[in-house]
Amino acid sequence: MALSRDQIAQRVALELQDGYYVNLGIGIPTLVANFVPKGIEVMLQSENGLLGMGAFPTDDDVDADLINAGKQTVTMAKGASIFDSAESFAMIRGGHVDLTVLGAFEVDVNGNIASYMIPGKLIKGMGGAMDLVAGADNIIVTMTHASKHGESKLLTNCTLPLTGRGCIKKVLTDLAFIEIKAGKFHLLERAPGVSVEDIIKLTQGELVVDGDIPEMKFS
Amino acid sequence: MSGFDKVVHSYEEAMSGLTDNMTIIAGGFGLCGIPENLISEIKRKGTRGLTLISNNCGVDDFGLGLLLPDRQIKKIIASYVGENAEFERQMMSGELNVELTPQGTLAEKMRAGGAGIPAFYTATGVGTLVAEGKDERQFKGRDYILEESITADFAIVKAWKADRYGNLVFRKTARNFNPMAATAGKITVVEVEEIVEPGQLDPDEIHTSGIYVNRLIQSTFEKRIEQRTTRPSGE
Repeated sequence: MALSRDQIAQRVALELQDGYYVNLGIGIPTLVANFVPKGIEVMLQSENGLLGMGAFPTDDDVDADLINAGKQTVTMAKGASIFDSAESFAMIRGGHVDLTVLGAFEVDVNGNIASYMIPGKLIKGMGGAMDLVAGADNIIVTMTHASKHGESKLLTNCTLPLTGRGCIKKVLTDLAFIEIKAGKFHLLERAPGVSVEDIIKLTQGELVVDGDIPEMKFS
Repeated sequence: MSGFDKVVHSYEEAMSGLTDNMTIIAGGFGLCGIPENLISEIKRKGTRGLTLISNNCGVDDFGLGLLLPDRQIKKIIASYVGENAEFERQMMSGELNVELTPQGTLAEKMRAGGAGIPAFYTATGVGTLVAEGKDERQFKGRDYILEESITADFAIVKAWKADRYGNLVFRKTARNFNPMAATAGKITVVEVEEIVEPGQLDPDEIHTSGIYVNRLIQSTFEKRIEQRTTRPSGE
């Protein structure tokens, strides 16, 4: 069975380490915050100028001056700090963030990512995504493996305008956990109940399957 | 008061000298920390042909979105322009020139502009549409593109508190682009919630020095929330 959005987030959360500074993109990546493993502390960076993002506020605590990068009202965690946008992107572009999780439309075998624009259809802008993919070393892309029409999103070459070139090494889809190296996709794990054949069928770019591929675990 | 007193008493005075075809840098992220009353004054003045530099362009009926119906904006440089139907219409029809710029590059363009740095190299945007027509160069084996800095005729800024000398304190994530914007205007206009006397702010806590500020005005703010997201109390 393909993973739910929550299950994708849960699997990503296993990649967190104690003491990590983490930037979570909008959508599935945001859900990762709900599955931080017990006994581990992470600090969430929000690129509008907050390190140490807390839970959503109660009605009484809503503060128009305190939002996250998705423009949602939030609170501050213990030990939080506030800074301006240039400083925020100094953290990101300077490689100080330990893990970045973000969504995408397409990823290809060379680690290119397209996530911000569908010409003629969706032109909203890249926000901080180009800075995040260029600045971070440790990035996990979360997305569905294929479109609703069964078209693969893991390609030989991205077809949409790129967000970044050669910067993605790990992709977690609703079917598989995949590593990108030396111009190929490598299958690391498969979603429970999903066969290697199913994954091969829905992966357009070259996929290396080396030996037995384990099923994903979530804790 | 002394020559350092930046306080003005009307919005007309705050935005005097703004004329058609000028450039304006605006602070704010989404609707958070935007100079909402200064934007309303630009709408009231009816100034046209403006080039706006701002992370976003407001929503249909608030923030910089207010300048769209009367076609006051000719060009906007922004990183994300998602939440605005009239914006999308004007962009698709070609009435509005949009230059999408990565958020970190935009912040750095303002910072560099205010600091007298004409351009800088960054890895952000290499191999994308953003790199088109820009100088590329390798440092330590990695590719970078050259981005030019930005200054503007006016910078419009929202801060929380100020003293009369224009020393500014921002509040929480309403800080965002405001400190960089403040440095990059030929005329920097700041609106705040509270003005105190010089000496009443702890110099260690001042985020932006008054040297960058030309005009200061006190007002009240709607502070509209774009995505009100809450959890139940007692959780």
